[in-house]
Amino acid sequence: MEIVFLLEQVLNGLLIGAYYLLIALGLSLIFSLGGIVNLAHGAFYAIGAYLTVALAPHIGFGGAFVAAPVLVGLLGLVIERFLLRRFYRADPILSLLLTFGLAMVAEQSLRMIFGAPPLPFSIPPELRGQVFIGEFIYSRYRLLILLVAALCVAGLWLLLQRTHFGRVVRAGVQNPDMVGALGISLKPYMSAVVMIAVGLAALAGVMLAPVIGVHPAMGAEILTFAFVVVVIGGLGSFWGVVVAALIVGVVRGIAAYAFPPATEASVYLLMLLVLLLRPRGLFGERIAKFE
Amino acid sequence: MTELPRITRRGAMLSAAALLAAPAISYAQSDVIRIGHLTPRTGFLGPLGEFAVQAAQMASDEINASGGINGRKLEMLFEDSVNPQTASAKAERYIQRDKVSCIVGEINSASALAIGQVVQRERALFINTGANSDALRGSDCRKFMFHIEGQNSMYVKAVGRALVQQGLIKGKKIYALTADYAFGHDLLRVAKKFIGENGGNVTNEDLIPTELTDFSPFLLKLRQARPDVIVANLAGAQITNFLKQYSEFGLRFPVAGFGFDTALAWGAGAGNFLGTWPTMWHHRLDNPGAKKFTADFRGRFGRPPENQAWGDYNAVKILARAMAETKGTDGPRIVEYLESGAKFDVQKSREAYFRARDHQIMTEMYAISALPAAEQKDRYDLFTSSAALPGPDESLEAIASTPEEASCTFPT
Repeated sequence: MEIVFLLEQVLNGLLIGAYYLLIALGLSLIFSLGGIVNLAHGAFYAIGAYLTVALAPHIGFGGAFVAAPVLVGLLGLVIERFLLRRFYRADPILSLLLTFGLAMVAEQSLRMIFGAPPLPFSIPPELRGQVFIGEFIYSRYRLLILLVAALCVAGLWLLLQRTHFGRVVRAGVQNPDMVGALGISLKPYMSAVVMIAVGLAALAGVMLAPVIGVHPAMGAEILTFAFVVVVIGGLGSFWGVVVAALIVGVVRGIAAYAFPPATEASVYLLMLLVLLLRPRGLFGERIAKFE
Repeated sequence: MTELPRITRRGAMLSAAALLAAPAISYAQSDVIRIGHLTPRTGFLGPLGEFAVQAAQMASDEINASGGINGRKLEMLFEDSVNPQTASAKAERYIQRDKVSCIVGEINSASALAIGQVVQRERALFINTGANSDALRGSDCRKFMFHIEGQNSMYVKAVGRALVQQGLIKGKKIYALTADYAFGHDLLRVAKKFIGENGGNVTNEDLIPTELTDFSPFLLKLRQARPDVIVANLAGAQITNFLKQYSEFGLRFPVAGFGFDTALAWGAGAGNFLGTWPTMWHHRLDNPGAKKFTADFRGRFGRPPENQAWGDYNAVKILARAMAETKGTDGPRIVEYLESGAKFDVQKSREAYFRARDHQIMTEMYAISALPAAEQKDRYDLFTSSAALPGPDESLEAIASTPEEASCTFPT
């Protein structure tokens, strides 16, 4: 019985990992290509959730599912074009300050526009319910989140590995000067990468709005975990992030089972352990420009 | 990496502009009375802080509209208390730099404790409007600290009566989820005592980190443990997340809680609010004061006030009256006045007063129960309320801590 229950917690942990994944993948992409640690990434997630709450009464949850990531992606495009672009080659401290400032502006704007208390939002009735498999219980809605996350991972992997676009991006990660020497400007690629990355964060916001309180600080809440996932997975590694997100989810689940007060702390301990044993993270690559 | 950013001419210009644009600090004038409001406006309790700020502002505007206090205008200062360290630093700044007559606010019990230490040292007045921990009225009580927020004992004994009546305590297996900080620890202790005395049995208890947003591992544990009742002693955003996810997993165990704020239930969304919870005040009370307060607040801020708004509104109103009655802002005289058993209208059927021995307000409370999901039509009217607790022929102290439960000796 105990073993079965532990297994249930492990499987549930994989589901939790799926949330972090959508945020962490974008974070990792922007860092790998642009060298920017985007502290505003959680803000795009929060904006995605707020847009969902604002749009769903008019265009339905399905409509918001499409519209919110697109709108946030466009917002990302504007921010990339006018702000981030200036900092790719600058001292990383500057972009840290910039994105930290952006995150605060975004959080406070949400507070001023929508108020500080959480906004009510529920799972759409048609997506509610539970799935029972033997002893196990799953929320139908969470399985949907898992499916969406899996599709995003697969789509992003195909985009990065199997298309011309992806080849340029990967080359740009390793050696931007050589890409430039070949006559390819990375600027439009960077715009596209930021758009995709923040769009994914917004998508996470859409998916989590029905199950997590929609309040201004929700971005800050999830961002720390996303960073931990990226650090554990290793910079520049696509699968590293995927594996790390799942491990973080599972470790959290087991901690909740064994010693609840350490549910959140367990994730940081894991990070510490990984960094001690593998300073580049689990699958971190050596990226020449960051050495 | 180690090279520090060079300060350019443009950067210097910007910093100068920023310095100049900083809000001008006006120094203490004798013709205004200042109250320093200090409460969490960000973080997991931030959702409640906004109600506190709006209500305090509204109270102050009403006071000024009717001529101020002793002919002097009241001026409110507002700050985000963030965490215990920041709360303590800002409380000190309010007293030493801004020369406030009183500090009002707080929600976090750990921060209230820190402010209590500052006011003890500075001999300045502090009215706690949102921190529940019994310790603040017991081992950590202060001569200059008063409590408009109910103490954990009051919350437990008020809603506890409703739960005993519903048959949710005696002989029941109870699973307690508790916020893992000062407030939760204190509440768990008080709750376990009450449950034990009433024939219930806390069979499982989990401490939940305050920053936790995903309850699914705990929902699985609840499902496995099959308790008769779940007692959620959670705080802030935790309550919203718990309600949303409990309903997502479709669990059917009765839910109750010994600590609660209505705004967090409003934020959970249609069909997600369930269970029985305690509150100091709610907007559906049927008395003229409550109706007027609700209508005024709603007219100004577009939503009804909740318990946190009630606390901060009354703190400012009570202070104003105390200053008017003592004809000044002298801290020790106000303490003496508040200790004298003066009665205050707090938008309930009975007037409230402060208990001299621990400075806890004695007032009625209510147990509210969620309407069935299908009947939750209005975004705010999600619940029904018990009659006032304690009943009309009982002493208001019937639900408060006894001297044995929380004994206070004011340090000098």
